[in-house]
Amino acid sequence: MTVFLSLTFSGVALGAIYFLAASGLSLIYGLMDILNFAHGLFMTLGAYAAWDAATHAPASWGAPVIFVVSLVAAVLGGALAAGLTEVLVIRPLYGRPVSQILVTIGLDLAATGLLLGAFGSNPQSLPVPLWMMEASHFAGVSLPNADYVAFAGGLVVLIALEWFLRRTRYGIIIRAGVENRTMVSALGINVARAFTLVFVIGGAMAGLAGLLYAVVFSGELVSPTQGDSLLIFAFIVVVIGGLGSIRGSAVAALMVGLVQDYTNFYLGNHPGMAEIGNLSVVLLLAVVLEWRPRGLFGSTL
Amino acid sequence: MSVNEKPQPPALMATGLGFHVGGVQILSDVDLTVPTGSFLGIIGPNGAGKTTLLNLLSGLLRASAGSIHLEGRDVTGVTPAGRTRLGVGRTFQTSSLFNSLSVFENARLSAQARLGGNARFWRRPRAADAASLAARDALERVGLEEMAMHVTGSLSHGDKRKLELAILLAGEARVLLLDEPMAGVHSEDVPLLTTLIGALHAEGRTVLMVEHHMSVVVGLADTIAVLDSGRLLACGPPDAVIANEDVQSAYLGQPL
Repeated sequence: MTVFLSLTFSGVALGAIYFLAASGLSLIYGLMDILNFAHGLFMTLGAYAAWDAATHAPASWGAPVIFVVSLVAAVLGGALAAGLTEVLVIRPLYGRPVSQILVTIGLDLAATGLLLGAFGSNPQSLPVPLWMMEASHFAGVSLPNADYVAFAGGLVVLIALEWFLRRTRYGIIIRAGVENRTMVSALGINVARAFTLVFVIGGAMAGLAGLLYAVVFSGELVSPTQGDSLLIFAFIVVVIGGLGSIRGSAVAALMVGLVQDYTNFYLGNHPGMAEIGNLSVVLLLAVVLEWRPRGLFGSTL
Repeated sequence: MSVNEKPQPPALMATGLGFHVGGVQILSDVDLTVPTGSFLGIIGPNGAGKTTLLNLLSGLLRASAGSIHLEGRDVTGVTPAGRTRLGVGRTFQTSSLFNSLSVFENARLSAQARLGGNARFWRRPRAADAASLAARDALERVGLEEMAMHVTGSLSHGDKRKLELAILLAGEARVLLLDEPMAGVHSEDVPLLTTLIGALHAEGRTVLMVEHHMSVVVGLADTIAVLDSGRLLACGPPDAVIANEDVQSAYLGQPL
């Protein structure tokens, strides 16, 4: 039982990171019909921004402060990368969705190549406070504090995002735009501004996801292709949850995180089953799509 | 009206308006003058080009020929959003509401677009700001204030039509283009909607309405335009138009 509980907790932590990666992707698709393949790049750049900030910060600041600085750097780095991508690369291609998708693929490949060239394929080690790796006991389960941090990060972002979408002027515009973009612009509202905003928000969350993934699941290592491997799962989460739905992303992210964690532990040790966790996620995707082709929270239209 | 008053430009004027897709002429050579404060009913058989005419007037379609003037200003090349800002409000045959938003949010969005407060997006749309007040007023006007917090998708057809009118009110539209406002509406709701549209017109708004319910059109419109095969067949007071032989033959002898 203790094993199951601790698996559940770490699955939830993984799910929280998937949620951070997926919710921006889902909003961008919902509002702009763009499958943003550069989202993995935003995660990677967030992690590198965090690494850069943490390694350049004076040691006298102390580990906790440095970690907060790197957290802020990850969020800002992801947001900046995404904002620039929207304004410089996506905007000139408005009305050409296929070109927009292709250009995000190209950008991702090119920038990942640049990172490989600049930093090499060896991962960089991210300075993280020791406290993050220490275990805390909660409900009879002992888990690294980093897992709780990831879970808390996901929860805070979910609440903030829901508040933003329900309670602010732009939130209403974005929700309306996800449902029917043409009607929003027919009302006389400048949708382009909402596009940039959605990219910036999505990029900020992706940057945070990139950092947390490096801390929690890849042994505090940052590498150029990290974001892209996370992106695959983020896409699966978005499709399971229903394109454009934040709540769908949250539920699907938890499902994917848990299924992956359980199968990895219970079945992954058997010979030839090392990849069973990833396979189970794809099976989950197939089952959900068979049952609800538009995802859990997808519109029925 | 005093004799010395400057002649006011018509609310809407279409001159030689035409539209074709490829080689197919959908609408040709339509001349219409809609004086400010008047009520124009547009009728005609299915496929006559009624909705196309509204699409051209609201800017969703770009005219292939001719020009459109709004209150004396040439708006032929102005986008739908631009025309909305100039005071044109449009409803659609199939509802164009945001079904996942609340009734209030739908009305608010329209007021928000008019008031242009978008730049301060971080500000909470407080219950008392101008856009929210306009939205509440508009909902009250059409009798939907009780439904404000309901999800729009759950409304009846009749209530959805009322909400569409509220959206035009919240956006302070002066020229209303209504595309079959009674379509899909339960017959019990027709008199209520008719009264409501009549009241909006009586307050000085100009209305163009495409509608199949002849009793509704005759009851509201001071002028009726008949479209047939993309051409303006007749335009005049309801009695004269109904008595017109061309109109009767266009309807293949069906009683109007």
